[in-house]
Amino acid sequence: MARLLFFGRLMDAFGTSNETLALPANIADTSALRSWLDNDRQLGGILLEKTVRVAINDTIVSEPWPIADSDEIAFLPPVGGG
Amino acid sequence: MITLTDSPFDAAEALRDFEKRAIGAGAIVSFSGLVRGTSKLGKVKMLHLQAYAPMTQRGIAKAAADANARWSLDALTVIHRTGDLAPGEPIVFVATASAHRRAAFEAADFLMDYLKTEAVFWKKETTDSGAHWVEPRPEDYADRDRWSKTGT
Repeated sequence: MARLLFFGRLMDAFGTSNETLALPANIADTSALRSWLDNDRQLGGILLEKTVRVAINDTIVSEPWPIADSDEIAFLPPVGGG
Repeated sequence: MITLTDSPFDAAEALRDFEKRAIGAGAIVSFSGLVRGTSKLGKVKMLHLQAYAPMTQRGIAKAAADANARWSLDALTVIHRTGDLAPGEPIVFVATASAHRRAAFEAADFLMDYLKTEAVFWKKETTDSGAHWVEPRPEDYADRDRWSKTGT
């Protein structure tokens, strides 16, 4: 099971800050996951925004990046500073 | 020393602790940031601050290392809140110690610019008119750019 984390306004869009997900067999990288999730949850494209970055195991990756069921995958809107 | 905490902290106490650590330094500069009572959207009821702990911590540690490389510092400390904060509560505390004042002032300013623009935080403001996530202000980026323009 992959662990998904949602920060900032994405947390509100998903209605939770995290969830575990068995990655569908045909979802092998971050781009595919964005499209699949956005469609599955009917988010209207907010996960496809380029300003939303993805971190795998707490490191921001350049996409598309391969993902595995053991990964922690975080979706990060632009950071606002403290 | 870098602390991310969900619990309220006392900035005066943080400064006293820092003074003990920085004995021998000729100059100490400290900055306390408090939650403002008003925003563009009205009276602030609550501020919620979210971090991605390992990433947030690592980013601040990198900024602290940059400050240490750039200025001759005897000590520095950063305390940053997460979670729910009320207006007037301390949200951030930065202190720097050096032999002379200039390095301490500049390093503290540099660290605050990092914390206000690049640090990995998401901020939700609740006002009379509802709750919304705060995006960075353009002038925050301009403040940060000061440091790249001054060279070294």
